[in-house]
Amino acid sequence: MSRELFRFHGGVHPPEHKAESNSRPVHPAPLPHRLVIPVRQHIGNPAKPIVAVGERVLKGQMIAAPDGVISTAVHASSSGTVTAIDMQPVPHPSGLPDLCITIDTDGRDEWIARTPLDYRAMPPEALRQAVRDMGIAGLGGAVFPSAVKLDPGPQRVIPTLILNGCECEPWITCDDRLMRDRADEILQGVTVMRHLLGSSEILVGIEDNKPEAIAAMQAAAGRLDFAVEVVAVPTIYPGGGAKQLITTLTGKEVPSGKLSTDIGIQVFNVGTAYALARAVFHGEPLLARLVTVTGHVLRPQNFEALIGTPMQELVQLAGERDGMTGLIMGGPMMGQPMPRPDVPVVKATNCILVKSDELFPPLPPPLPCIRCTRCADVCPADLQPQDLYRFARAQDFGRAQEYHLFDCIECGCCNYVCPSHIPLVDFYRYAKSEIWAREKEKKAADLARQRHEFRLMRLEREKREKAEKLAAKAQAKREELTAAAAAGDPEAEAKKALIAAAIERARARKAEVTPKNTDAVPPAVQREIDEIEARRAKILAQARKPLESEKET
Amino acid sequence: MLAAIGVMVGIAVVIGVVLGWSAVRLKVEGNPLVDKIDAILPQTQCGQCGYPGCRPYAEAIAKGEADINQCPPGGEEGVKKLAELLGVEPKPLDASHGQPKPKSVAVIDENLCIGCTLCIQACPVDAIVGAAKQMHTVIAEECTGCELCVPVCPVDCIHMVPIREDLPHWKWKYPRIALKEVA
Repeated sequence: MSRELFRFHGGVHPPEHKAESNSRPVHPAPLPHRLVIPVRQHIGNPAKPIVAVGERVLKGQMIAAPDGVISTAVHASSSGTVTAIDMQPVPHPSGLPDLCITIDTDGRDEWIARTPLDYRAMPPEALRQAVRDMGIAGLGGAVFPSAVKLDPGPQRVIPTLILNGCECEPWITCDDRLMRDRADEILQGVTVMRHLLGSSEILVGIEDNKPEAIAAMQAAAGRLDFAVEVVAVPTIYPGGGAKQLITTLTGKEVPSGKLSTDIGIQVFNVGTAYALARAVFHGEPLLARLVTVTGHVLRPQNFEALIGTPMQELVQLAGERDGMTGLIMGGPMMGQPMPRPDVPVVKATNCILVKSDELFPPLPPPLPCIRCTRCADVCPADLQPQDLYRFARAQDFGRAQEYHLFDCIECGCCNYVCPSHIPLVDFYRYAKSEIWAREKEKKAADLARQRHEFRLMRLEREKREKAEKLAAKAQAKREELTAAAAAGDPEAEAKKALIAAAIERARARKAEVTPKNTDAVPPAVQREIDEIEARRAKILAQARKPLESEKET
Repeated sequence: MLAAIGVMVGIAVVIGVVLGWSAVRLKVEGNPLVDKIDAILPQTQCGQCGYPGCRPYAEAIAKGEADINQCPPGGEEGVKKLAELLGVEPKPLDASHGQPKPKSVAVIDENLCIGCTLCIQACPVDAIVGAAKQMHTVIAEECTGCELCVPVCPVDCIHMVPIREDLPHWKWKYPRIALKEVA
């Protein structure tokens, strides 16, 4: 290992807590009775359901199709019957429900016909399409559709491919177990990635606290017919962040607001490579993933769980204990609290961390910021968190953006070191989502303005066109008449006479319709009219006379 | 003395010519301030301000005819932004122009719609599609929630439905910090 390594700015070293769960072998989780599969498991557009309630589906059958470029498919994780397509609780910190497809499993676990892909013979575009239809998304946590990342774009080639096996976050060990047990298949996935991206340099970054995984990956790399360099990187959180790993391995820094592909580097998680290998060499869509269940449980371990399995079932398998205070999806630094324990495992679920007051005592109430800049010392994005906090708190979002709020990776290092226990990342998330909402509103307003202006223009144009049409018609008529009169055309004379006759007729009709029933009425009718008038006058007089009772008072 | 006057007059003439020429050549079309005000207004085109749309209101503000607090959809925040732009003190919304409401979209009850096209003519952003004696419907993404279609409907089949918070529209809340635990 002669590679020179570089050090990114900041970082922390929290207690690792890896030993709890990484010693037990991966245990396949039993088939649950009911699978709840959200259609929004990845970044981008949610998949569109393509099955109906009551339909029988097979394991691996696509149940929701990708919608748009940045999207990916969703599949039935086991065979059974679709019992509902509706809003269900999903693993999201908001606790809001989202569209899910519920499958009652039949226990037979019956597969669709699986056909491996001959990826070398396929045109790259067709292969990417197939990857998209297999539902592959980044399993490191961001769940970005992999087909998009496997497109080298106009550069045609991405020289450096980095496989991320750092797993820097405490407690999580699913990538560690995957690399120990299935190193060969991970590298099979790398051959497909290399084929699509045309990479010449392939690096696997693994933190040096996982010697078994490093050894397994090195042994597997030795069996390949191309060079893969397995590099042990120092254990510093967040060394597994894509940008931080790029810096560590290459010394390059991804410029603010740019992508790693702009500097010729693409990064994939080891789990994604494994899923890609299963898809290409076995024809299996992404149906299951390794999930670490750890924290306040009896037997912390890794499960191979189907997408859609309720988290609670995995916690029970690992041995539920008294004093559980909630679940976190992900690790203690970046993970998000789950609204309830029965939300399903999704593609992003790398870890279910069971909380208890003993392991994660509630933080003391935050104190004012003393501007000690410890957060700036540990920020791996080289930001000034204390200033970002000040701006976000004051809702001065413009200034926050000027201070590169969007380069924040929400790693939580600043929270970890803050002596005042300020939930800094919560403020950054708040500011980011406010800025996004405002941008959306601005776009909607621009659209409304455009449509309103177009409407005004349209009304103006319609008015003008109508006026022009009428004017043209009148002009034509006038011309016709004058031409006829000048020519002394007998036909025109006759027409004029006809018009005159018509005018006369109209006048006569008008005179006819004026009512004639008030004068020259026969005496009998006149008498009747008089009687009615008299009755009316009497009633009117009575009505105007005050009542007897009113007079008395 | 005469020379001094001559020099001053000469300078004045030269500057006058330059200014006169630049006034003609570098003329700015329209009022840029109106564009800036218009960019702040929410483009609901609802007319609650008393002007037939956001741009006329922006023009009125620029001319000093209208106050900055007549736009309920823009809310207090809109008033604040206008005040900042114009260098005046922000003031509370003028209640006579209506109260700010949660963002809503118009929904046509398709069973009741008689296809009279009155709402189509009232919609300031052409967000209603339909034809005479055919059912109409609202394009929800383009509806600004101005409510102008509601009063014109002869069968009262249009209702304003507030936009409910769902996952894609969810926002992280302002972190609330309890400074002292209340017993």
